[in-house]
Amino acid sequence: MRGKVGMWCLIVAESSIFCIFVVAYLYYAGKSVSGPTPAQVLHVPIFASICLFSSSLTIVLSEKAIHRGNIKQFGIFWFLTLALGVIFLVETGIEWHRLIYNEGLTISTNLFGTTYYSLVGLHAFHVTVGAIGLTIILLFTLFGAVKMEHAGRIGVFAMYWHFVDAIWVVVLSVVYFIAR
Amino acid sequence: MAEAQPIVPPLVITPEREGSRPIVQVLHDWIVTVDHKRLGIMYFCYGILALVIGGIEASIMRAQLAVANNHLVSPETFNQMFTMHGTTMIFFAAMPIVFGIANYLTPLMIGARDMAFPRLNAWGFWMTALGGIILYFSFVGGFGLYGAGSAPDVGWFAYAPLTSPAFSVGHSTDYWTIGLLISGFGSIATGLNIMTTVLCMRGPGMKLGRMPMLVWLNSVMAFLVLVAIGPLTAAQLMLLIDRYLGGHFFDTQAGGSAVIWMHFFWIFGHPEVYILVLPAFGILSEVIPVFSRKPIFGYNIMVAATIAIGFISLSVWAHHMFTVGMTSYANAFFVASTAAIAVPTGIKIFNWIGTMWGGKITFTTPMLFSVAAVAQMLIAGLTGIMLASAPFDWQLGNSYFVIAHFHYVILGVIVFGVFAASYYWYPKVTGRMMSETLGKCHFWLFLIGFHVTFDFMHVPGLLGMPRRIYTYEASRGWEGWNLIVSIGVIFQALGVLFWVFNVLKSYFKGKIAGNDPWDAWTLEWSTTSPPPDYNYAELPVVRSRRPLWDLKHPEDPDWKYE
Repeated sequence: MRGKVGMWCLIVAESSIFCIFVVAYLYYAGKSVSGPTPAQVLHVPIFASICLFSSSLTIVLSEKAIHRGNIKQFGIFWFLTLALGVIFLVETGIEWHRLIYNEGLTISTNLFGTTYYSLVGLHAFHVTVGAIGLTIILLFTLFGAVKMEHAGRIGVFAMYWHFVDAIWVVVLSVVYFIAR
Repeated sequence: MAEAQPIVPPLVITPEREGSRPIVQVLHDWIVTVDHKRLGIMYFCYGILALVIGGIEASIMRAQLAVANNHLVSPETFNQMFTMHGTTMIFFAAMPIVFGIANYLTPLMIGARDMAFPRLNAWGFWMTALGGIILYFSFVGGFGLYGAGSAPDVGWFAYAPLTSPAFSVGHSTDYWTIGLLISGFGSIATGLNIMTTVLCMRGPGMKLGRMPMLVWLNSVMAFLVLVAIGPLTAAQLMLLIDRYLGGHFFDTQAGGSAVIWMHFFWIFGHPEVYILVLPAFGILSEVIPVFSRKPIFGYNIMVAATIAIGFISLSVWAHHMFTVGMTSYANAFFVASTAAIAVPTGIKIFNWIGTMWGGKITFTTPMLFSVAAVAQMLIAGLTGIMLASAPFDWQLGNSYFVIAHFHYVILGVIVFGVFAASYYWYPKVTGRMMSETLGKCHFWLFLIGFHVTFDFMHVPGLLGMPRRIYTYEASRGWEGWNLIVSIGVIFQALGVLFWVFNVLKSYFKGKIAGNDPWDAWTLEWSTTSPPPDYNYAELPVVRSRRPLWDLKHPEDPDWKYE
């Protein structure tokens, strides 16, 4: 109960940080004085997004498993969640590598670069923090330290992961569709 | 009033006093503590230390401005002084003090044994402390290895493009950015903690509608911390990206906007004022009823007004920016929302007066400070309404009239409230009373000093004196007024000296207070002074808004009427 309320408070605070970055992105859309523009270089990251959104499903399944006391099943779904999150990060890395080396877009190239890398990067940072948390809990599971009574705490962590996914809905639609 | 108390049997077993222990061990206990009372005291003392430092910086500015054509300090030093004064007072004096009061009292007032997340609480304090240390390290480390140190000199709101690498060389601005970023994380942790404590840790029978006013105001404050610190954090990150990674957020030559920094800063900055003033309102709402011997007038309306202030305060930020030049629609909106926030604030003033009306008022020191704060809130609110009107603000924005207005709020309400709280809860924290005689000396000196400084500060503002100027020509008609303003500082400093002396002396020589020296009604007075580590051996059961009244007057309890 305490953990859930605390996590909600953290989500409110984090949302306000993201909100300002999203506002900056929208405000500066199309205001760059030089190229490249979003329409020229951005490809919608369909595979990465499907992975990240699926990880919300797998983490729900792992929560259900730990509520039933099935630690093995919990571990499997937890590992899948982590794997999907890592795939998302790797895909983002590949995308950034392409943008930097092939398209010549860096954080200092123009306003688009500044706002794009900071907004997507802020989200990727949160995915990274989540992935570290997932890894730690996965290690605890492998060593047999996670038990059924930890279901509540697992639920609190899952809230954070859902939040990171939900933010991606906003970032994805703002960056790749609305302000294209 | 101390003799009227043993009606209530103490609800706790008094812990045994320990013998003296080595100083290293005592210090170690304080550093590793996760107890909300100790963290509260540490927050408060840290804030007072910053208050004194910020006060010294203000005194240097007033000495410089006392006469025309003065060259007491260099213009560079003057810029550093007003930057450090503002930053220190808001982030490292006022916020730690209100957090300290909230930390100490929230669990005691709602019948809990600690905050919801004690270790996070300690983390929040040490983050705030670290932020302040980083900010002040700039005095020695501002230019890095290239020469002497330098403090930030870009103003406490650090407007772009002054903060860009071209205009702010060296690392002084980065100390400002990173110091505030880190203390911001601590603030978010504390806001989260207060919110969760209020929602999850209330004792048996302590419904939301029975919580003391201070707890209500602190929870709205915590909500504002959660919503408002984020924009500051985001803006600081953008500034760091601009300065270190070559970003263009606030770089007008690459299409960026300097005005959007102002928006982001004030989206944080205006709720921040309410983060500070709401706890002060809470203190007034606790002190005034006890010394008027009446329950608070219009509890429900007070709570509703608090929540209204919380929400409206999120939509008034651009009234700091009328002089920047916004569209007429934006101006109209922010004029209207700023005028609207005066309504719930006015409701509060009427309710405090309603509480005092017909009461048996005793003018103890905390009550004196509270009554003065109510009166000063009225004046601060009236000049606020004046400045809320955009045409008036075009004339007087960025003048000393604005400075006088917001110091009326910050000093006249928040600092007066904090002094009231210090006299009122000192017996609970230390077990001893503060001296009333010294307290009254403090009150009158500080009141006179405050009014001499800030009443007269309005006048040079009306005469056109802009803020943040290093010195001014004679024959503008400003010099006499500025001298009066500077003289007031001496009285304020004397008052604070009396207060510090009183705090120290009473700690050793003060009259023993007992559990409930003021014959008060909220839960914290039912436990011993100082409270034991666990606050309550058995959690008190609450049946009304004045649980201690019910205990003292079983023949006429409040819960029959609520």
